[in-house]
Amino acid sequence: MTEPIVNDLTIQAATVNGSGSQTANLVLTRAIFHMGIPVAPKNVFPSNIEGLPTWYQLRITPEGHMARSDKVDILIAFNVATWREDLKTVRPGGAVIHEEAFATVDARTDVTYYPVPFSKLAKAKIQSDTLRKQLANMIYVGVVGGLLGIPWEALEHGVKRQFLSKPKAVQVNLDAIKVGHDYWQDNFSKQDPYRLEPMTGVVEGKVLVEGNQAAALGALMGGVTVVAWYPITPSSSLCEYLIAYSDRFRFDPTTSEKNISVVQAEDELAAVGMAIGAGWAGARSMTSTSGPGISLMAEFSGLAYYAEVPVVIFDIQRIGPSTGLPTRTSQADIGFVYTLSHGDTKHLVLLPGTVEECYELARDAFDYADRFQTPVFVLSDLDLGMNLWMTPEFKYPEKQFDRGKVLSKEDLERLAGEWGRYRDVDGDGVPYRTLPGTDHPAAGYFTRGSGHDEQARYTEGADAYARNMDRLSHKLETARHALPPPVVDESGAPVGLIAFGSTHAAVIEARETLAAAGKSIDYLRVRALPLSDDVAAFVARHAHVYVVEQNRDGQLYDLIRLALPPELVGRLRSIRHYNGQPIPAVAISEPLMQLEAVPA
Amino acid sequence: MSTTLNRVGLPRDAYKGAATTLCAGCGHNSITNHMIKALYELGVEPHLLAKMSGIGCSSKTPAYFVETAHGFNGVHGRMPALTTGAHLANRQMIMLGVSGDGDTASIGIGQFMHLIRRNVDCTYIIEDNGTYGLTKGQFSATADIGSMQKKGAVNTFQPIDPCAVALALGCSFVARSFSGDGKQVVPLIKAAIAHRGTAILDIISPCVTFNDHDGSTKSYSWVKDHEESIADVSFIPFFEEVHVDYEPGTVRDVQLHDGSHIVLKKLGEDHDPTDRRAAIRVIEEGRAEGHLVTGLLYVDTKMDDFATTEHIPQRPLRDLGEDELRMSRDDFAQFMSEFA
Repeated sequence: MTEPIVNDLTIQAATVNGSGSQTANLVLTRAIFHMGIPVAPKNVFPSNIEGLPTWYQLRITPEGHMARSDKVDILIAFNVATWREDLKTVRPGGAVIHEEAFATVDARTDVTYYPVPFSKLAKAKIQSDTLRKQLANMIYVGVVGGLLGIPWEALEHGVKRQFLSKPKAVQVNLDAIKVGHDYWQDNFSKQDPYRLEPMTGVVEGKVLVEGNQAAALGALMGGVTVVAWYPITPSSSLCEYLIAYSDRFRFDPTTSEKNISVVQAEDELAAVGMAIGAGWAGARSMTSTSGPGISLMAEFSGLAYYAEVPVVIFDIQRIGPSTGLPTRTSQADIGFVYTLSHGDTKHLVLLPGTVEECYELARDAFDYADRFQTPVFVLSDLDLGMNLWMTPEFKYPEKQFDRGKVLSKEDLERLAGEWGRYRDVDGDGVPYRTLPGTDHPAAGYFTRGSGHDEQARYTEGADAYARNMDRLSHKLETARHALPPPVVDESGAPVGLIAFGSTHAAVIEARETLAAAGKSIDYLRVRALPLSDDVAAFVARHAHVYVVEQNRDGQLYDLIRLALPPELVGRLRSIRHYNGQPIPAVAISEPLMQLEAVPA
Repeated sequence: MSTTLNRVGLPRDAYKGAATTLCAGCGHNSITNHMIKALYELGVEPHLLAKMSGIGCSSKTPAYFVETAHGFNGVHGRMPALTTGAHLANRQMIMLGVSGDGDTASIGIGQFMHLIRRNVDCTYIIEDNGTYGLTKGQFSATADIGSMQKKGAVNTFQPIDPCAVALALGCSFVARSFSGDGKQVVPLIKAAIAHRGTAILDIISPCVTFNDHDGSTKSYSWVKDHEESIADVSFIPFFEEVHVDYEPGTVRDVQLHDGSHIVLKKLGEDHDPTDRRAAIRVIEEGRAEGHLVTGLLYVDTKMDDFATTEHIPQRPLRDLGEDELRMSRDDFAQFMSEFA
């Protein structure tokens, strides 16, 4: 047996969707996390309810790397349909726990097999006919526990944590885990190098949160009161979490009243329309969707931009175009969303790169929307939104809401009713508004998506139209300076790298890999559109700058090129990853090494 | 007349808007005047009125009444979504939606139906002329089969009857009228506003430019010749005393949530406005006989409206601040710890 490999391995569970395997995987994840070991789970699931292959990858590294790895150390083969292919993914020297009944004729000889009669064990040891299929998955948790040396106490914690709201389910699941654990101890001796040992120093103070949970919490803390949505993967869970959190934190049991309305609309057109109606009437409002829904929201987004109505729109990106791969991740909506709608339109777009930023930017999006009276898009993606990520606990907000420039009855009295809805009083392009219901004869105005002048009157006048469009442009320029600036990590290297969103995790790891190979790379992470001036300045300080993103066409690369002075454009290079799997670090480090080896 | 002040101390002129830009003689202009009269007589406070609309000739009209109220002329066929959202943000507002037959029965049929399904508290007026006026006279989905365009083209498709659709969906208030029949339209608008829930009021409103010719079933002359009112409608607002001295058995009295009354005086066959199946039958029979049945077809005063179903507080959601909307520090800390 070779040197032991401790706390540095990737487990891949290949199962059948709808069979309860996700619960087993989460128990395993929580048990390992409880040992103080960093975990990075990625769930690869089909667009299907039951019966198709699904994979769960649990990456474990002492450093806490959170990007996907493309190397499998331990395979849990539970799905006969994908068994042959799954076996190919295991790295030489790896371990394979598989259903004993799977054929191993002409199978690989460079891996260690642990055949387990899962079906027979389930039949013999699990009493409940109705739960047998689900609990069979728990048996492999026990086997893995035995194989890697996970303490029983950690497994117990994993089950209790997973079944927080269903304590009755704890014992039956533990019993199933015990079946696997016992089978390991009675039948196998350790033949592979992988093991887990409790550690300290990385996970303390950290929690496991999905991006959509974080965004839902952020929206709640940001004061959202009207939410309209239409179910779509991978966005649905954001609003479902919001409903669950609202039932707990926005419900008054004495009056049965809720300080929020969450409406499941008839489609995405209605969803964004309701959110815009609410924003117009003065509520903090939002919708959440994914690619196909964003396409449907284009017309209304233009209305909100042009009529200057605050609204927050979450886009949890998935693979397009069209239906695309509904359960695979992507960053390919950035270009479309930025100018969503016909005509000259430009939106504020926030780009969270961590779950903590999903929380913070979701919360702050409502301030930006109110401050600038315009739609604010928050672009997350399936990887960030639906996987669990290790994160420091989120901070309680210290800032009050910024409701922007709203004139009250008293303001209007002071102004003797002299105001114009679309007048630029402060020279920042941001006008004042009144809310419906303001008790002053001058408060009312007519909001429209057709041409309007400073007083909100209908006009087809050429000058009035151009003047208004120029002011809107000026307003976006004001907003650009107020949006979250890029995060820059720089040490004078000649080569830089720019990324956004969930690519961040892979960039962190790729930079470590490259630094270890003697190639330090500076890094700028874009967090908002329109682009900050910091981006061009960063490019100016580097000989080459690689823009890394998860789409085919290099959409951010294009946006940056457009924003650069001509002499800097040639410094930009593009690295793209777009197969629907979260980008691994090697998809950055390898091409960068190759490209940098070629003289510029 | 115009200097008489209503119950909130406003003259009739306070309910006027900008000058209309629609064609002279357009039925919509009559409806605008009926709206002004109804709102003035009801004593609606302008700042509590939200005028909502989509796109088309009809959807321009909110600019022509109650100039001091807030209005929102949104996108085509999507007035219901904007109305729903605005209502949720502030349920104190009186939501008054104006739409057309294209805006409702074609591009907006989905939102129209789902608004009804939720029973959002609003008035939804369809200024129904069976044609696309703004784009110069194409048929709309409410045009009757066999009716003709100005230049002779014949409509070959079945019409969508917004009232029949609304009834089928269980809408809590369904009425039809004619723009030229102010005596009927004004009390119906008042009743629709007083009703708590979605009130659909389909008003046949002839397009003088593109659909007022022989061969049209939405022309002034056709409607005048074929209108059959099911009952005389009068509306007694909550702030006026009810004194009805009709002969017993000749009137029906419907009391609304706010204490207002709709009094219906029998004209021909007795129609019970709380009988949904009877309402559907009345429409179908009128259609078979070539009549346009007008009046209050159906009302259900018991059904909960959307905001009630959703348990939204009476205090506008838009007025809630950090204290009410953010969980406490302790709750937040507890909540975060659950992710460990």
